[in-house]
Amino acid sequence: MREMFYSHAIREAIAEEMERDPNVFLLGEDVAEYGGAFKVTQGLVGQFGKGRIRNTPICENSFVGVAVGAAMLGMRPVVDIMFQDFITLAMDQIVNHASKIHYMYGGQLSVPIVIRTPAGGGRCYGPTHSQSLEAWFMHVPGLKVAAPATAHDAKGMLKAAIRDNNPVVFVESKLLYGQKGLVPEEDYVVPLGQARVVREGEHLTLIAYSRMVGEAERAATALDREGISCEVIDLRTLAPLDLQSIADSVVKTGRAVVVEEGCLTGGVGAEVSAQIVENCFDYLNAPVQRVAALDVAVPCADALERAALPDAGKVMATVRQLMQKYG
Amino acid sequence: MSTHITFNPDEMLQIVAPDGSCHESLDPDLDATALRRLYRGMLLTRTVDIRGMILQRQGRIGFYVPSTGEEASQVGSAFALGPSDWIVAAYREPGAAYLRGLSVESFFHQTAGSGKDLLKGRQMPSHFGAKSANFVPASSPVGTQIPIATGVAWAAKIRKDPMVTLVYFGDGSTSQGDFHTGLNFAGVYRVPIVFFCKNNQWAISCPFAKQTASGCVAVKALSYGFEGVRVDGNDILAVYVATKRAVDNARAGEGPTLIESFTYRVGPHSTSDDPRRYRDDAEVARWREKDPILRYRNYLERKGLWSAEDQESLQAELDQEVDDAIESALASPPPDMETLFTDVYEIPTWNLREQLEQAMQKVGQ
Repeated sequence: MREMFYSHAIREAIAEEMERDPNVFLLGEDVAEYGGAFKVTQGLVGQFGKGRIRNTPICENSFVGVAVGAAMLGMRPVVDIMFQDFITLAMDQIVNHASKIHYMYGGQLSVPIVIRTPAGGGRCYGPTHSQSLEAWFMHVPGLKVAAPATAHDAKGMLKAAIRDNNPVVFVESKLLYGQKGLVPEEDYVVPLGQARVVREGEHLTLIAYSRMVGEAERAATALDREGISCEVIDLRTLAPLDLQSIADSVVKTGRAVVVEEGCLTGGVGAEVSAQIVENCFDYLNAPVQRVAALDVAVPCADALERAALPDAGKVMATVRQLMQKYG
Repeated sequence: MSTHITFNPDEMLQIVAPDGSCHESLDPDLDATALRRLYRGMLLTRTVDIRGMILQRQGRIGFYVPSTGEEASQVGSAFALGPSDWIVAAYREPGAAYLRGLSVESFFHQTAGSGKDLLKGRQMPSHFGAKSANFVPASSPVGTQIPIATGVAWAAKIRKDPMVTLVYFGDGSTSQGDFHTGLNFAGVYRVPIVFFCKNNQWAISCPFAKQTASGCVAVKALSYGFEGVRVDGNDILAVYVATKRAVDNARAGEGPTLIESFTYRVGPHSTSDDPRRYRDDAEVARWREKDPILRYRNYLERKGLWSAEDQESLQAELDQEVDDAIESALASPPPDMETLFTDVYEIPTWNLREQLEQAMQKVGQ
């Protein structure tokens, strides 16, 4: 095991998959010499050359569309969308084409593309550079949505995503790029669709993904001192959801709080809560709660941004209230 | 300094005049078999069109997209490609698909959504194609196939595969952002692609003059750094010659070409539309007189390659082919319920397996 930045783990995954399979290539804005907006792809052009690390004109819809076409011919493009907010510019190619081509054309063509995209706030970037829009993609049949929380999973899940024959939206976190974690020396993948029990607990299950897993863990550690034992589940993949792992935990604890960085209304938590209620109702001792961003655009001013986004403190407040009422 | 790039929209390549007389120096000198094959392709497309419209009006199929008047644009362009070249279609090019060996029977299986449909009853009627023919069917939001086709061509270039990609779209698509982004990308990377715009002058009810102030489509190529060509879209030999040149250039590494095939949508946009509400019948009548099939028949007759007897026997053969195809498609049962869930993902996810089980229980009840 080595300690490695989340961003370096992603870079290593891309490099290893490019070594393994000549059809894998990277494209996006400023991914070559510049190394990407968050330096995730730094150095790859030196290793693989401009033929496989391809800068594109500034147009998300064209380079996602071009990647769809290249994938139809047998390539495995890894597309870099500089900020998740800009994925809106490529929505038609993702929703009407990448996700549907395999189905719509009777399974004759496949679109094995990975769309990497950093999400989330916390850097005072304001409303159009801070969003967490991944819930939208859970709503589209044909897409897989991955959102790793650690360097280990970022590498293993990206490798799984690149090897997957379905289109995958791969959600990274700007604030996690600079966090370190242990990464194995040897080749490994983390299969998509499998959640992870981060810590075991008795009274309540905290369900989170991406950066919110760390916030949930911090909350759980603090709550433990107050006598509230929280189990923490990292969803890892949002589509397909690992309902079995969620249900196993909720059946044991009887209470669930879903934590996400996206907006509350119509979010990931809405789907997870509905699944829990539909499948685990008889085991619930309390209503399922959600901790999410407020239903506002993410403001730029630090104090306002903090107020808008969820964190460990807000998770703790929600858990305490829940335990007071239904403990 | 002029702010306008000059490009005369009245100038376009024409080889065969409406009376069938030919510009000898431009005649591609195709052999008799090839010349007859082109005629058959156009007449088949027209024959299917007439029957397709009737079937929809009879309520035997749900929807149909005619391409009457545009046969030369479809067949002439597709004829310029080799079998390993790819076509990325819009939805008004069935003639190109037949020319590449896709049968009328498989077309009607698709249109009727039968169990024998290669697309498994999923895609909109008339949005037809097959990978076996390197013919990618349309997805339908107009123009969105353009960057995808650029990607197919780009991947071929990266892989050093000599194939060329041709993408069809209409004049309406040129207003889409995807037109700009697809052509821009192709120009930057000089990918081996032919952008084939069938300018049929109407995008449902929007006439060409309200689509763009450019005067013509071909001029737009100048801003992407490659050649734009305007061709008489009702002259199949002109379409073939212009496309062949563009294909050869692409294969030689000289990058993309934009072809504007100037033609006319004689019929409605689709069976859901009545064009008499928004355009003048006299305009339609004028274009009916410019029928591309009639013009080409005149050319063949002048060459001594076609007679009234040939016409009669070919029409009878095509009628039979279309009759048989329709009968087969309408008699086929729909796709199996289980197929509703296949191909959403390569391997069905748990939620789809669960939904399949529930759906099958309902079928059982």
